[in-house]
Amino acid sequence: MDILQNLLISFIATSCFGIVFNVPIKTIPWCGMVGSIGWTTNYLLIKNGLNAVHASLVGAFIVAIVAYIFARQFRMPMIIFSVSGVIPLVPGGMAYNAMRSMLENDYVAGVEGIVRALMTSGALAMGLVFAEVLMQLLFRSFTKGRTSIESFIKNKKATKAK
Amino acid sequence: MMLNEQNELAIDCILLAGRIMMESGAETYRVEDTMLRMAHSQKLDHAQSYVTPTGIIFSLGRTQPTRITSINSRVTDLHKITLVNNVSRKLTSNLTTLEEAYEELVNIQKTNFFLPISLQVLAAAIISGCFVILFGGQWADVPAAFIAGGAGLYIVTIVHDMTKVKFFSEFLAALFVGIIAFLAVFFELGMNLDRIILGGVMPLVPGLLITNAVRDLMAGHFIAGMTKGAEAFLTAFAIGSGIALVLTF
Repeated sequence: MDILQNLLISFIATSCFGIVFNVPIKTIPWCGMVGSIGWTTNYLLIKNGLNAVHASLVGAFIVAIVAYIFARQFRMPMIIFSVSGVIPLVPGGMAYNAMRSMLENDYVAGVEGIVRALMTSGALAMGLVFAEVLMQLLFRSFTKGRTSIESFIKNKKATKAK
Repeated sequence: MMLNEQNELAIDCILLAGRIMMESGAETYRVEDTMLRMAHSQKLDHAQSYVTPTGIIFSLGRTQPTRITSINSRVTDLHKITLVNNVSRKLTSNLTTLEEAYEELVNIQKTNFFLPISLQVLAAAIISGCFVILFGGQWADVPAAFIAGGAGLYIVTIVHDMTKVKFFSEFLAALFVGIIAFLAVFFELGMNLDRIILGGVMPLVPGLLITNAVRDLMAGHFIAGMTKGAEAFLTAFAIGSGIALVLTF
């Protein structure tokens, strides 16, 4: 039940981010799906006692993998799917708490929170980039060195010939 | 002479494509890649492009003078990136001519693909409501966050149109989010101030900038990465100071 609620709500939230970022309308539900998968993974990992930094790494990794697959499927830039998917993972809560501590003159807790938020966003970035590079390598071996542009040309020419 | 004119058109076309992509918030390395691919498809083998978030320099080598274009405003408009991507793919696979591609790009630049502002505000409001729950809040806090988030995005859009100063509009929006959350708690329409504020500022988070900054840094575009990182930091700072102002009272 808990998982279902998280899946559904993060799906709605990420789809709405798609609207704010003005993604092409037919891809909005797919953006939602990317975010939903990423957030729920992150949530489950944290719930099972994993550090937030590691959980963000895994979450971002999965977001990027799913986004890459969708990007190939729709022949659109990957950024469309990954941007709204990664937003729920941004450590906004940590940054907020850190700022709050700073305002209460508790600088030690504030700096600790900022460092933790920085670590988490670093892990997020690492996950995104690693997954993209990995998927590129993987797909290159699948398609025997044919890039997406070349297969695009081939498909277009095939449809034109018909 | 004929060749020269053709080259001029190619430069116009490629620069325009780069400019639209950069203004819509594409990654710098992707813009550079797209421009070079388009150039190579037109048999311009010595083309060089240098892209930064504030301007693009493009040169064909010795035959033509180097051209630059400046980029003054950057928004997040992923629809335009997709469209330019399609045009460049068609051009590189020789499915369209240069003239057609240029016309299409001019059309893309002129058209406003944004959904109506009311729909965007509604989406932002829903985002805020959802994030209250995702961050472990109670359903009782959702209505307050719903209003705060919608108001935040509306203010950021309106003030940015009026003043063109990004920092100021984000500061003001965060301030209003904070005030609405504070009033909601004061009049007992919400319970947890932290959760309402946190949900309310989520639509303002510079997600695209953060992703792009890191992606550009990793791709070796250090200048673009650092400047985008600075922009993201400034946005975060604006939001933080807006909220801080409310919390200190």
